[in-house]
Amino acid sequence: MSNDPQVGPVQTVTAPTPPGKLKKEAKPASLWGDAFYDLRRRPMFIVSCVLIAILLVMSFWPSLFTSINPFDAKTCELATARQGPSAGHIFGRDSLGCDVYARTIFGARNSIVIGVSTTIITAIVGGLLGLLAGARGGAVDTVTSRVTEVFFAIPWILGALLISATFRDANLGIWIVVIALAVLAWPMTFRIMRAAVITARSQDFVVAARALGASQSRVMFGHLLPNAVAPVIVIATINLGGFISAEAALSFLGVGVQSPDISWGLMIADARNRFLEAPLPLVFPAVFLSITVLAFIMLGDAVRDALDPKLR
Amino acid sequence: MATKGERILEVRDLVKHFPLTQGILFKKQIGAIKAVDGVSFDLNRGETLGIVGESGCGKSTLAKVLMALERPTSGSVTINGRDIAKAKGPELKRMRRNIQMVMQDPYTSLNPRMTVGDIIGEPFDIHTEVAPKGDRRRKVQELLEVVGLNPDHINRYPHQFSGGQRQRIGIARGLALQPEIIVCDEPVSALDVSIQAQVINLLERLQNEFDLAYIFIAHDLSVVRHISDRVAVMYLGKVVELGKDTEIYDKPAHPYTQALLSAVPVPDPEGREQRERIILQGDPPSPANPPSGCRFRTRCWKAQEICAEEEPLLQIRQGTAHESACHFAETHDVVHVG
Amino acid sequence: MRKASTDVLPAEGGLGDEPLLAVENLHVEFATRAGVVRAVNGVSYSLGPGETLAVLGESGSGKSVTAQAIMGILDMPPARIPKGEIRFRGTDLLKLSDEARTQVRGQRIAMVFQDALSSLNPVFTVGWQISEMFRVHRGMSKRDAYNKAVELMDKVRIPAARQRVNDYPHQFSGGMRQRIMIAMSIALDPEVLIADEPTTALDVTVQAQIMELLAELQRESNMGMILITHDLGVVADVADKIAVMYGGRIVENASVHDIYKTPAHPYTKGLLESIPRVDLKGQELYAIKGLPPNLLDMPTGCAFHPRCPYRQDNCVTDNPPLYEISGTRSSACHYWREVLDGDQG
Repeated sequence: MSNDPQVGPVQTVTAPTPPGKLKKEAKPASLWGDAFYDLRRRPMFIVSCVLIAILLVMSFWPSLFTSINPFDAKTCELATARQGPSAGHIFGRDSLGCDVYARTIFGARNSIVIGVSTTIITAIVGGLLGLLAGARGGAVDTVTSRVTEVFFAIPWILGALLISATFRDANLGIWIVVIALAVLAWPMTFRIMRAAVITARSQDFVVAARALGASQSRVMFGHLLPNAVAPVIVIATINLGGFISAEAALSFLGVGVQSPDISWGLMIADARNRFLEAPLPLVFPAVFLSITVLAFIMLGDAVRDALDPKLR
Repeated sequence: MATKGERILEVRDLVKHFPLTQGILFKKQIGAIKAVDGVSFDLNRGETLGIVGESGCGKSTLAKVLMALERPTSGSVTINGRDIAKAKGPELKRMRRNIQMVMQDPYTSLNPRMTVGDIIGEPFDIHTEVAPKGDRRRKVQELLEVVGLNPDHINRYPHQFSGGQRQRIGIARGLALQPEIIVCDEPVSALDVSIQAQVINLLERLQNEFDLAYIFIAHDLSVVRHISDRVAVMYLGKVVELGKDTEIYDKPAHPYTQALLSAVPVPDPEGREQRERIILQGDPPSPANPPSGCRFRTRCWKAQEICAEEEPLLQIRQGTAHESACHFAETHDVVHVG
Repeated sequence: MRKASTDVLPAEGGLGDEPLLAVENLHVEFATRAGVVRAVNGVSYSLGPGETLAVLGESGSGKSVTAQAIMGILDMPPARIPKGEIRFRGTDLLKLSDEARTQVRGQRIAMVFQDALSSLNPVFTVGWQISEMFRVHRGMSKRDAYNKAVELMDKVRIPAARQRVNDYPHQFSGGMRQRIMIAMSIALDPEVLIADEPTTALDVTVQAQIMELLAELQRESNMGMILITHDLGVVADVADKIAVMYGGRIVENASVHDIYKTPAHPYTKGLLESIPRVDLKGQELYAIKGLPPNLLDMPTGCAFHPRCPYRQDNCVTDNPPLYEISGTRSSACHYWREVLDGDQG
């Protein structure tokens, strides 16, 4: 070290926030730390998290909420079909005399499993392809982008009907819904990732890494991915709600979850014929569905605001 | 280590054209942006070559080509006898250890998702042979100390530092591989006035300590003069004048250099009404369609017919001791100082 | 909200003792998540017709916020003006109704920004944008307003104005866009022009053109001009007097000739000494040590004391007032005499 007073320890001990960045959080943290700090102060985030936590518990341990096992045929009594709420059956009974409350609780699992799995698959497939297309550019980008445009051109409900009808006999259970939705939804994640990567790619720190001799994969996974992943996470959270409602729609149409499996969409379909006489078997799964979808969209909104205020 | 003053970088007839294309599927070239168009110079060990010019003159493209971030259209960039412009794969990676860069914007040149330790340590992760794994943290802390930052701040993120401190981080990253040449692309222009001097002093101190050679690209002529041993003036992709700092500043021979020097505001109000000022008309022409002959002739008050017909070469001309590219080169002290 | 006490703006004419524009003890704060940021702390300056005042400072010094307060273009909230007056021809602009304020903004006090590209609307032609000033404020017909726009483009020396009047902003170079911005700002013959870093984004040769143009326009119309900049060279070229800002305060007021010869505040002195000089080539540059202050966590006493070579114990505790040195000079340093004499600490 030289004894140069200009670079002595005086100026090295403090690292205050630069004046230009005052509106940023003064507390030291990474992006995620900052985002979490921001999120904890948002009522919308807290409400949606509580709702989602309840839903998760409900889907993994439904017996905590109800003592009736709706898969047990003995709990249904045809004679009491469409009976209104009573002491043991607070939501009443459906067209087969089964307990609506227990079925609604047990229906959460399929919704959550389908929503979460589809989200993970689309995020990985769309995200990786988007990263590749955005980072490489050129022919790789042109080809993948044209392919996604083909997928975008398919009306999703038609496509999903087609896929689930085609693989109906493969006995895939609920996974047929996951496949149908994932095949149609990954291009959206792809586009967002690709755009975010292209933005990140032109930044100086990527140029600096290349100047150091960083390999293509280091640039992609060390520099581009961490700087482009935020909008993908936001869109994935918002999409999760969308997938849950899409599952309900497919089940309603008869190509999604099949009886005897339980799904809110299926319950709504069952109850729709006698809706005017007995509205409750339709209303309760519909309300649960709406709340679930809303909770994920709210979470997505809150995460977006925290991660990327510019998108607001 | 080799002796001081030995030539370590030779740039010869460097050309970089960016093709302008039309059409989506079948791309047809309809022209080219001639960003760098025949540039030659040398750089010696421990020396600073300043490159000045206005935006669009090709100085940043030149930096990218020197760093092998862009392949030149033609010409060579020879570092210690090997052409980096033609090097590939492991050879290119090895050559990069010798030439590093410091970038202009300290806010975008550091990855915001990485800690300072990761940023400065990245060169060691890429070139694993430079430092054994267990040694890296210590090396990073040494580097932080060298550039005047607190070694304990190794786990902080870039946004926790001010602009000047970030620029020091960028400099530490550039130093990590112990290069012989550092290309500084406008390293102080994004900083506050009171911080600029600190960073310039740091660069000079590091030069003496590590015997570095700098290519110092800037538009601030007084900063370039302070730090440079020789200066090249660029206009529309060409070097129009090249010489020792005193030659360029006190005896500029090219009309563009004279206009550039006279346009610089002097931080002294004394005699400002009498000061000679050459105010050029208009903007520089587009590098996609540069004028024939001498590229400066459209804004030049000395322009004659020959300027449109014949391109003036960069050479030593009558009455001057340094190279200039003007048919009517004539030294003229526009600054009148010292 | 703000009720009009004097909605009638004084006409042009004799000013008496009142300067054209006077900022008096202005305070501006911003409410942020991390606390209240006092961006401007008691700034006062005045400007006469035909006069050029340079406000010199680094980012975060409050120089631009003061200008935005004068223009009335601060976002409130988060900004707040708890104290102070901005008198234009004797009328406090801060007490005017919003409508009256709009009458002043752009017509009598106009502003030129640093970034001309983002200040111009990309979807309208420049002719449309310039002529809009005349249509909205002067009620001119479309044709007349267009002719006026061409006239103005000529005046700011845009070549072939008549052919280029229907071009869009992106078709112009940076220097030309700045000329268009200037044309718009002087369209309604303002009495005060605030230029916020008007040439920072431009090349040296273009910068010289723009500064020359501004000076010429000012001579013609006798406007008062506030030039906000960080460039000591630009200031020396055009300013009559200077206000140096640091940490939201004015630390030195002086005429341009005095300040370069004998600065009376250690910050000004440090800035001047850190300019690379020919006769000191090869030597280390003088550098002001440390960093500009964090507005959220201002040093006690004098904001400059952690970086100051003249610091004494009382600087840490007592914030110096603006000491008057002579009629035109003042310095916010307890030890301005020592600074003037040049003996350090």
